[in-house]
Amino acid sequence: MTMLQGFQIALHALRLNPLRSFLTMLGIVIGVASIVTVFAIGAGAQLRLQEQIRSIGANVLMITPGAAYQGGVRLKDGSKLTMTESDVQAILEQIPEIQAAAGSIAGTAQVIHESKNWNTTINGTTTAHFMVRDWQLAAGRYFSNAEEAGAGKVVILGNRVARELFTAGEDPIGAQIRIMKVPLEVVGVLDRKDPAQDDVAFVPLSTAKLRFLGSASNINRDSVAYIIAKVAGDGQMAGARSEIENLLRQRHRVPAGQEDDFKVQDPAAAMEAQQGAIRTVALLLVAIASVSLLVGGISIMNVMIVSVTERTREIGIRRALGGRMRDIRLQFLCEALVLCLLGGAIGVAGGVTLSMTVARMAGWITSIDGQAIALALVFSIATGLIFGFYPAHKASKLSPIEALKTE
Amino acid sequence: MTASPPLISLRSVSRTYRTDGIAVTAVRNVSFDIAQGEIAAVMGPSGSGKSTLMNMIGLLDLPSEGAIYLQGADVAGLSEDRRSSLRARSIGFVFQSYNLLARHDAIENVALPLVYCGISRKERLARAEQSLRAVGMLHRAHHFPRQLSGGEQQRVAIARALIASPLIVLADEPTGALDSRTGAEILALFAALNQTGQTIVMITHDPGIATQCRRTIRLHDGELVADETQAMVLPKRSVAP
Ligand SMILES: Nc1ncnc2c1ncn2[C@@H]1O[C@H](COP(=O)(O)OP(=O)(O)OP(=O)(O)O)[C@@H](O)[C@H]1O
Ligand SMILES: [Mg+2]
Repeated sequence: MTMLQGFQIALHALRLNPLRSFLTMLGIVIGVASIVTVFAIGAGAQLRLQEQIRSIGANVLMITPGAAYQGGVRLKDGSKLTMTESDVQAILEQIPEIQAAAGSIAGTAQVIHESKNWNTTINGTTTAHFMVRDWQLAAGRYFSNAEEAGAGKVVILGNRVARELFTAGEDPIGAQIRIMKVPLEVVGVLDRKDPAQDDVAFVPLSTAKLRFLGSASNINRDSVAYIIAKVAGDGQMAGARSEIENLLRQRHRVPAGQEDDFKVQDPAAAMEAQQGAIRTVALLLVAIASVSLLVGGISIMNVMIVSVTERTREIGIRRALGGRMRDIRLQFLCEALVLCLLGGAIGVAGGVTLSMTVARMAGWITSIDGQAIALALVFSIATGLIFGFYPAHKASKLSPIEALKTE
Repeated sequence: MTASPPLISLRSVSRTYRTDGIAVTAVRNVSFDIAQGEIAAVMGPSGSGKSTLMNMIGLLDLPSEGAIYLQGADVAGLSEDRRSSLRARSIGFVFQSYNLLARHDAIENVALPLVYCGISRKERLARAEQSLRAVGMLHRAHHFPRQLSGGEQQRVAIARALIASPLIVLADEPTGALDSRTGAEILALFAALNQTGQTIVMITHDPGIATQCRRTIRLHDGELVADETQAMVLPKRSVAP
């Protein structure tokens, strides 16, 4: 008997009892579907993180306000703007590894162009900001020195904002928009990065301070909310970081033993750590899903053992008609394999559907990986072989004479 | 006589079952030959070892002592797999309870032994048709066993036994579950097959049936007590006393 005949017999036998066959493979279906879904969601989350890391820019350090004290009372981190434009200057000039640095202040506001308006982040910064983040223009230009020094009424739009305010045919460059009643000329539109990053409008730092945020109580003329700095090389991140820390401690006169009033972070490293955590969680979930595959395998073995007992007479007949032990074994092994493969295929279809549904409903990015599908199918074939072997072996060992005597 | 060895030879064959230390000898020191083209009835009371003997001739079982030769070759020397393959090609079984696979239709049942001869599905079905025609059941090819009467099922089973053109057909009480008229029809079918040269060994309880076979082998308590060949069935040929 050939493998093909084995599969034909198996399919025939399974078709006779479709409900039972389906219930038998349900464990495999669920196991494979969960593995595929978990892989897809995990891979999607990683993709998204990688995109974010890329959008921050390579080798970027971020300096944010840290602990602040007011009359001996520790305030919430970041509640006071402790960094200044002269800090930016000092970092750029005194630390050789730093190629570019920019301070920013940010808030949200409504931006208006003719009849359209959009709520977005307004970021006041310098052209260096775009250098630090390797952020190219899709059209137009960056801020000029004069605009940066003299609170020029200009704006560079993130890609998303440009799309929200202007129709497809319109050229935003040179157009007038308004932010908090201040008319501004659009001088540039930025390249696309990722959806979260593209929703922003940049104005010169001086413009932001003078025209939008000047009245805020915790702003003094020189303050910035955070600083981003670009480090020359990959290997210099740690060195640059401690140099910035030393410099700022000195400049801010932080006494020895007291907490810094700033924090230096490596956002890409933090995200990479997050990526590792995602991978761990995904692996854990896959392990749990594999348990369901194991349970599915046991359920198949259980049903197969019952089936062998039920079909003892059939086995006896087949043996009497010339079936060899290995033919009987092959027949039942094929049944287990068909159950697992069919279950695996249904599981893959279910997993793909499920992850696409999750992607649509929850807005998560999922990525369906051919490798994950192949892995899931290999798992189900292995399950069929492992859990089908014992019942098949048992069937092949039956004595034909005894088997023929059973009712 | 011919120079070729008899189809089947039993030489001092015994079969002893051992359960819980108690030995039951189901067949004891039995010797006889079956020649090509013969039709023989095996008779004897219940428990006299008829089925045990038949299982050994059919290569489903091996003797505890003595030897069985199939066309001169000792079957004890064959592996389990080899004996299975020989069963597929050389032995046709017919059972009292038909033993058709309930979930396959008549033609699939008939074709089944050929699966184990490595024959393609197309040829299997073509030959199964022929075989069904030979037993007059072609019109029921796609009926399932439960849709057939006992006599019809037995005809399908005989078609299955014949499909691989076996050396010998072994029938264990083939009419035991049938009424006397249907039984007679089945018997007539066997007789007709024998007329075409098919070797047949048939277990029966019915002395009326036995008398229609040229030869009768009688067992009692596992021993061969009589082996008679009737002269009158074939009056032309005289048989030495
Ligand atoms: N597997 C077995 N284990 C132990 N004893 C057995 C076994 N098979 C058969 N026997 C015994 O061997 C003897 C012969 O049995 P067998 O089935 O050959 O009889 P039989 O002539 O075919 O009887 P029947 O006409 O009732 O079918 C019986 O006494 C039976 O109990
Ligand atoms: Mg019997």
